[in-house]
Amino acid sequence: MKKSILSKTTAAALGAFLLIAALPGCSGGGAVNTSGNTASADASNPTPAGAAKEPAAAPKSVSITNVSYDPTRELYERYNKLFQEYWLKEKGQEVEITQSHGGSGKQARSVIEGNEADVVTLALEGDVDEIRKAGLIDEGWVKRLDKESAPYTSTIVFLVRKGNPKNIKDWDDIVKSGIEVITPDPKSSGGARWNFLAAWAFSNQQNGGDEEKNKEFMKALYSNVTVLDSGARGSTTTFVENGQGDVLLAWENEAFLSQKEHPGDFEIVTPSLSILAQPSVAVVDANVKKHGTEEVATAYLQYLYSDEAQRLEGQNDYRPSNPDILKEFGDTFDLNIKLVNIDDDFGGWEAATEKFFADGAIFDQIYKR
Amino acid sequence: MRSKTLQIFLILLGVLFVALMLLLPLATVLAYALRQGWRIFAAAITDNYAVKALNLTLLAAGITLVVNTTFGIFAAWAITKFRFRGKQALTTLIDIPFSISPIIAGLVFILIFGRIGWAYPLLEAWKVKIVFAVPGIVLATIFVTFPFVSRALIPLMQSQGSDEEEAAALMGAKGLEIFRKITFPHIKWGLLYGVILCTARALGEFGAVSVVSGHLRGKTNTLPLHVEILFSEFRLTAAFAVASVLVVIAVIILILRNIVEYRLKKEEE
Repeated sequence: MKKSILSKTTAAALGAFLLIAALPGCSGGGAVNTSGNTASADASNPTPAGAAKEPAAAPKSVSITNVSYDPTRELYERYNKLFQEYWLKEKGQEVEITQSHGGSGKQARSVIEGNEADVVTLALEGDVDEIRKAGLIDEGWVKRLDKESAPYTSTIVFLVRKGNPKNIKDWDDIVKSGIEVITPDPKSSGGARWNFLAAWAFSNQQNGGDEEKNKEFMKALYSNVTVLDSGARGSTTTFVENGQGDVLLAWENEAFLSQKEHPGDFEIVTPSLSILAQPSVAVVDANVKKHGTEEVATAYLQYLYSDEAQRLEGQNDYRPSNPDILKEFGDTFDLNIKLVNIDDDFGGWEAATEKFFADGAIFDQIYKR
Repeated sequence: MRSKTLQIFLILLGVLFVALMLLLPLATVLAYALRQGWRIFAAAITDNYAVKALNLTLLAAGITLVVNTTFGIFAAWAITKFRFRGKQALTTLIDIPFSISPIIAGLVFILIFGRIGWAYPLLEAWKVKIVFAVPGIVLATIFVTFPFVSRALIPLMQSQGSDEEEAAALMGAKGLEIFRKITFPHIKWGLLYGVILCTARALGEFGAVSVVSGHLRGKTNTLPLHVEILFSEFRLTAAFAVASVLVVIAVIILILRNIVEYRLKKEEE
């Protein structure tokens, strides 16, 4: 009797252990298969001529990591394919591009902590500059690429529910009591900083530069915020998928994307004044030197300015920095919106960060409940 | 009579609670996952990134299992069969991961192994990457699931006392032999129980792993992180399809757990 129990139990235990032991084993096999599949999928771009151009000079493939912010997920998914084709044609080399997305400030932090990005494509200059301060990006990076290293721009708009039931037209409508506002946390999100500054600029214009009144205005605005997510995409899903709030302060491209995902459910409201949001891109010098990827990483960012890429950015609802191509998208974007900008109206990111977002600065003062 | 009413009331309450809080959400996951049909479902779970995320999750859980089982057995053995100073302290320390928030567990590893952590120069010299790479994910998972095995074993081994081991020792058996012939047969079901709980938690861990991951797609994304990514990309059906894979694994684990629990009770009788 006892013996039979024992043998049964040992068999069961053995079975369970086999199952457990088999898991990592079979996972290894799976991994090999899938990576094989990707390689062949990536190689499906037919460019036989490119391969012949540079026979054995460079290694056959190279891989880079692009650490980006939240709303660029769809853009870079497409852009990476475009660049892979281009690079294969130019250099006969396959590029594997690994993406990472999250709140812009959070992403910058992770690069500083050792997430080895070859390029960063973040929501604002200030976040990239934090990485420079940590010693990973060389001085003067802003001037290394055209247009202050911002290949595409955007602005901040309102996304409201169908029919605009709360009749939201401009910034002073969203500070009224009873309006629920969704925006991310300016401490961790780049988009949230643009939101904050756009609202501030509006108030500043209304109140003739009275700082105390501006603070009152911002206090009223942030007391209407019901959900403060850590990144722009989190806020979008809070508003769009989870149905929270009356108005979402959103990147223009994020607002368009929400409309595309849910046709007819949302309306975009362009306020009377907004801000020219310039997402910045940079090669992370210390990491590309370590990985030997300087050339491809630089080309990856430069190609963002090419006509094809500029059009792709426009199709993904970012405003192309090339004025001629921007005009092609005149039907998509409201090109007459009055835009303030960070350098002329706020004295650059360094000053703006110090004044508004540093510990104990204006955001901390007005967000205390 | 009154106790009968109370009994019915309590049972109803229990069933209602379980149905609302547990079954309904799980059913929603499955329903949502399948709302666009099997083909979309299959495409979502065989997607390259999903498969890679599953592999990474299984790898991390597998390593975690081996490490924590080994540690758990030794710790429980030491605590229940030997007398030493600081035993109570050790027992308490083992429980730290239960009481600490996973985000702290993740940040600790960043502070040690990250670029500005104290161990970073050493890792650089050896060309080893810990955080924002697979080892960091494994470490975070191990940390979070650390106490499960020893927690399952300690009460069991305590209740059994050390009489049999002492008898065996008197008869001249050596340490490992005692363990193999006396201790292990008594604890194997309890051990399996701990192992199963540990696996379940390791497969589902989100918080600590999220901190050390860096969210590099196809490289440091585990299945729970992948679900979040899909959700953020408006790919709700895909997100729930992948989530349902986790749910199915969880249900299998639950069934295994029940079998083991039943066995464990039988053994005790």
